[in-house]
Amino acid sequence: MYWEPEKECMAREDLEQLQLERLQSTLYRVGTNVPFYKKKFNQLKFNYDDIGSLDDLRRLPFTEKQDLRDNYPYGLFAVPLRDVVRLHSSSGTSGQATVVGYSRNDIKTWSNLVARVITAAGVTNNDVIQIAFGYGLFTGGFGLHYGAETIGASVIPISAGNTKRQIQIMQDFKTTALVSTPSYALVIADTMMEMGINPNGLSLRYGLFGGEPWSEAMRQEIHQKLGIIATDNYGLSEVMGPGVSGECQECNGLHINEDHFYLEILDPITLEPVPEGEIGELVITTLTKEAFPMIRYRTRDLTRFIPEPCPCGRTMKRMQRVMGRSDDMLIIKGVNIFPIQIEKVLFEVEGTEPHYQIIVDRENHADKITVQVEVMESIFFDEMKKQRGMVDHIKNRLSSELGVSVDVKLVEEKSLERSVGKAKRVIDRRKL
Amino acid sequence: MLKIRNLDAGYGKLRVLKNISLHVNAGEIVTMIGANGAGKTTLLHTIIGLIKPTRGDIDFQGQPCNRRAVRRIVASGCALVPEGRQVFAPMSVEENLLLGGYVLQQQEGRAAVLKELEHQYELFPLLRERRRQLAGTLSGGEQQMLAMGRALMSRPRLVMMDEPSTGLAPLIVRDIFQIICRLRQEGNTVLLIEQNAKAALGIADRGYVLEVGKVIVQGPAADLLANSDVQRAYLGREKID
Repeated sequence: MYWEPEKECMAREDLEQLQLERLQSTLYRVGTNVPFYKKKFNQLKFNYDDIGSLDDLRRLPFTEKQDLRDNYPYGLFAVPLRDVVRLHSSSGTSGQATVVGYSRNDIKTWSNLVARVITAAGVTNNDVIQIAFGYGLFTGGFGLHYGAETIGASVIPISAGNTKRQIQIMQDFKTTALVSTPSYALVIADTMMEMGINPNGLSLRYGLFGGEPWSEAMRQEIHQKLGIIATDNYGLSEVMGPGVSGECQECNGLHINEDHFYLEILDPITLEPVPEGEIGELVITTLTKEAFPMIRYRTRDLTRFIPEPCPCGRTMKRMQRVMGRSDDMLIIKGVNIFPIQIEKVLFEVEGTEPHYQIIVDRENHADKITVQVEVMESIFFDEMKKQRGMVDHIKNRLSSELGVSVDVKLVEEKSLERSVGKAKRVIDRRKL
Repeated sequence: MLKIRNLDAGYGKLRVLKNISLHVNAGEIVTMIGANGAGKTTLLHTIIGLIKPTRGDIDFQGQPCNRRAVRRIVASGCALVPEGRQVFAPMSVEENLLLGGYVLQQQEGRAAVLKELEHQYELFPLLRERRRQLAGTLSGGEQQMLAMGRALMSRPRLVMMDEPSTGLAPLIVRDIFQIICRLRQEGNTVLLIEQNAKAALGIADRGYVLEVGKVIVQGPAADLLANSDVQRAYLGREKID
């Protein structure tokens, strides 16, 4: 099912024409209305006429999170405040807060794009959708809210937290679709278990998850525990909020709303495009934003394009779910390594816990990488031979996945440091 | 139907159009709005082949037509209703219409032309009443209808209209725009160039705003009506600061 079939299934050739037209007028508007870009373009002696194709965008500079901070609060707005009808702000957990603005048209576009994502996930106007994203300055709550209203679903704006009440309302209001972070869905599932509630007795059928990276294993767990179709959706406040991309019911990659965003995937070091289908950092240019356009915003999110067409019929390109942050990337002996690759291998090995640490050292001018992984007690106290076999097994799997040799150390359950919030996975002891 | 990429065009050393990209899909009314001197008429003249572009591509029905002669572009199904009507004043209404059917006559013969003439009389009953009258004696609104009928006589796939509302009384403008809407209902595709932004955006599916030879914003007509830059510059909303 599609929300805007004429857009979501448009011919690639027509899409490229539309993207080019929108890119050209966006560049003209930011170059005229946003002093930050005006200055940058002048320094580059950038001529608008040089943008004759989408690839020409690569000549333009990036916009970094720091640029948003430096121009706090309104420096990057492309319209006067009287045309701004909404302000959102990022939390500022990783530094100073940033502000983004929306014009009336931006809110309309946003609602519509989220409506596409929600429809692709299977939700219709017959559904009762419980939005357990935080409302307020975070874009997640309002973004999904407007999208759900746009398609005509019945919206419960419950916001985040108070799990027992969430479950109560889910039962009483006969919620059919849940919007939350994937980890919160598992909290809800576990709480239900504690309360002795059988999820099969609920009306819940769909889960739309976003706001944090999650794994395929988590999808399976949510599916098993709540019995719902769990889809991923992606967005970030700097370019709009949710609505950048979302999965269809194939659950195999997120369709990008390419008529409104131009996405590049670049090598985080060289900043050159990676070969089609390989992992790199996502860089986004908005094509229709009025109040807060972004040119080549470095998201630091790692993903890859899925070049194959999707059986659902949408022609919009897919991206894989976000696999981590480019800040976490390691370069070992010249090879780019992402912690997510290691995590994937460990997950497939029986007996390991999802807790691990990557230690990078330099010995005799050569990089050395050691993975410490927690194993279940039962395995740890077993015979040495078995342990060694497991180490070798993990070593081989990791080496073939990463392309460099890796040392593996098994450690006891709960022996690695637990951090509050985001886990610290990498310890880099190299002195460069 | 029509696809333009990175088009530059002008007169001598004067560059009027700067890196213009736009497209028109079959069955759409697309409007290009902009002030005097923005390059609107130049754009239409470049599409129809009166001006040769200095750079860029124009594809009409999947065929490149940058370097084609005007008559071949018209024969391939593109018609222009010029600014200021440009009807042949000393000729009768019917003669003007028949002249518009020149291409059709060459392609399909006299019978097709007469059939098309009948169709135009249905669309513009007023022209039937005045068929014997000299075109120069018609009122402005009637001349505009004649100019539209004349262009439609070639049974074009794309009709381009250059400021059809210029110099007409508001009531007549309403009639003209109603006829444009009817053209779409009959399956025609229209590229409409207008200074009367409100009226044009009111009937169009999509729009482009041209300013000194550049497209500064484009999108669904409803979005442009709500865009505050467009409102200030073209819809007469008062500037507050």
